[in-house]
Amino acid sequence: MRRKIRILMAKPGLDGHDRGAKAVARTFLDEGMEVIYTGLHQSPQQIVNTAVQEDVDVIALSVLSGTHMSVCRKIIQGLKEAGAQDKTLIVGGTIVEEDIAPLKEAGVAEVFPPGSPIDAGVEYLRKRFADRL
Amino acid sequence: MSDLKDLETRLKAWEEKKDVASLPEAVSDLNEPLKVVYTPLDTAGIDYMDKIGLPGEYPYTRGVYPGMYRVRPWAMRLYSGFGTAEDTNRRWKFLLEKGNNGVACAFDLPTQMGLDSDDPEAEDEVGRVGVSIDSLRDMENLYKDLPLDRIVSSFNINAPAAVILAMYVALGEQQGVPPEKLTGTLSNDILCEYVSRGMWVFSAEPALRLTTDVVEYCTRHMPRFYPFNIRGIIMREAGASMVDEAAFAFSNAVDYIQSAVERGLGVDEFARRISFFFSTGTQIFEEAARYRAARRLWARIMKERFSAKDPASMLFRFTGTVGGSFYRAQEPQNNLVRGAYGLLSNVLGGVQGMLHPALDEPFAIPTEETAKLALRTQQICAYETGVTKVVDPLGGSYYVEALTDKLEQDIEKGIQVIDDMGGAVTAIEKGVMQKAIADEAYRVAMEEKSGKRVVVGVNRFQSESSPRKMQYHRFDPGMFERQVARTQEVREERDNRAVAAALDRLKREAAGEENLLPCLVDVVKTYATLGEIMNALKEVFGTFKEPLLV
Repeated sequence: MRRKIRILMAKPGLDGHDRGAKAVARTFLDEGMEVIYTGLHQSPQQIVNTAVQEDVDVIALSVLSGTHMSVCRKIIQGLKEAGAQDKTLIVGGTIVEEDIAPLKEAGVAEVFPPGSPIDAGVEYLRKRFADRL
Repeated sequence: MSDLKDLETRLKAWEEKKDVASLPEAVSDLNEPLKVVYTPLDTAGIDYMDKIGLPGEYPYTRGVYPGMYRVRPWAMRLYSGFGTAEDTNRRWKFLLEKGNNGVACAFDLPTQMGLDSDDPEAEDEVGRVGVSIDSLRDMENLYKDLPLDRIVSSFNINAPAAVILAMYVALGEQQGVPPEKLTGTLSNDILCEYVSRGMWVFSAEPALRLTTDVVEYCTRHMPRFYPFNIRGIIMREAGASMVDEAAFAFSNAVDYIQSAVERGLGVDEFARRISFFFSTGTQIFEEAARYRAARRLWARIMKERFSAKDPASMLFRFTGTVGGSFYRAQEPQNNLVRGAYGLLSNVLGGVQGMLHPALDEPFAIPTEETAKLALRTQQICAYETGVTKVVDPLGGSYYVEALTDKLEQDIEKGIQVIDDMGGAVTAIEKGVMQKAIADEAYRVAMEEKSGKRVVVGVNRFQSESSPRKMQYHRFDPGMFERQVARTQEVREERDNRAVAAALDRLKREAAGEENLLPCLVDVVKTYATLGEIMNALKEVFGTFKEPLLV
């Protein structure tokens, strides 16, 4: 029996705008994936801990404050320290064009900047986890 | 009535002869069917004086004031920038010289959350979207050489509103300006934060107590300081429907008013200082009707539910904006047009003030050029279109009156649902408002994805988009270091025993039933930091537990 894809939808930092995070989470649910939503005000360490505890396949970050570089680096570092670097990290939000390549170099699997269609995330995961679906 | 019977017959004949049933269907923004045309049959039951009336008179459907824009256009506001306390201070001095005595203060996220700049959670956020206020010292720098008796200060602050107000009062004392001479407004709208903006700290009941402390203190000691600006906008921008925006904002307002009345304040002592802040989309007639409905419903609520006697207590006065969520990053010039239509909706709806977004809102901070265009949009509407010549020009339209009635009913139903479950606080703790908002946001997203909801240049009539240079508020590490150093200096130089004693007293009073403002004024004078004060209160009040749902 194929295990469902488990996704942690996380809101790091102080930014409280969760419209995108919630709508994208629903596209994952509609696809038959499992979603755990962290709620607001998560520190990178809390996100790493929850990802490990919940044994997720994917960490989806919604960052609208411009702090994505710093947050992603910390989460990737935290995942390494927890021996969980195999988890897929994807990020959506107000991310400038020139930050996309550095984010990927740091270990982010895919980036969804403003203007991304609402189902871009689920499309990406469908392809990445094709063997599981 | 024979005219109406005759009309009914003629209408049926017309529908048959012209095969009206085969015309394409149209639905409202909320997916409800709309007729092809509206006639006197749709407004037959409406008693003019009872439901529509005259502007400036109960139930205020046609406008809060008799002359509306004939006297002067709505207040045209520009959302201006921010910076360090020193930058902002310089800017405000300049504005004061130019004769503009209103200053709006945006605070950074750590300040809005009651965190000091050196709190680990504040990292990367200090000074980014507003001024950083860690202690009374920062407020002193912000208002250095600015006379508090000549300035009107507007603070967009919610969870720590009581502390910021206390700092302002303490500052006034330093300048020899008594509280009753201080002029300004506070948003002080914590319930909306729980629903859609996230700048919450304490559990809801104690937060409501603090909100009421602010209202009571202002009502008794600071009559020129308006202690409310109740926001529907935040919830609308998070995805609330145009009905839910009003229903939830009104439900929150009802809780605030109820709490103040239970505190012993007479409704007519404070209600005239209530104002609202709503977001408007581009569905021109529905939005205009909604604001007419809102005025009528709010007047009824104040009169029937709270027994207000003073007409000034019954007015739904609002600042409007065109919601940034209606703008798009693709083909940004289109936003100028969207903005103009949304603005028209606001004006036909009788708005008091407009904060108009610039066309680059989806991806950048306004440039001087785009900010100017936003202002010009308002000016052209006010001075070139003639919409200001006559009050409530849509009044009497069969369609708009029918829409007004329907929207009033729908909003009232929405409030009833919240009432039935015990009020806004209960609804929020259960996640009811949050779920309704997420549901609607998803519905709209799916309609846009399928193309059912057309967004020009995005899902229809697309062209090759050239990449835009995106900007966001930059974090200034230099400023961060200076701020942290300053706060640490404040901690070293102050009398720490006095701080500890003050915080102990605060905790005791917080556990009791005193109005905390007088105590907070004393506490801030010891240069206790915002973070220390909020932490002390957290110990007594607890923190809000967010209902986790998508």
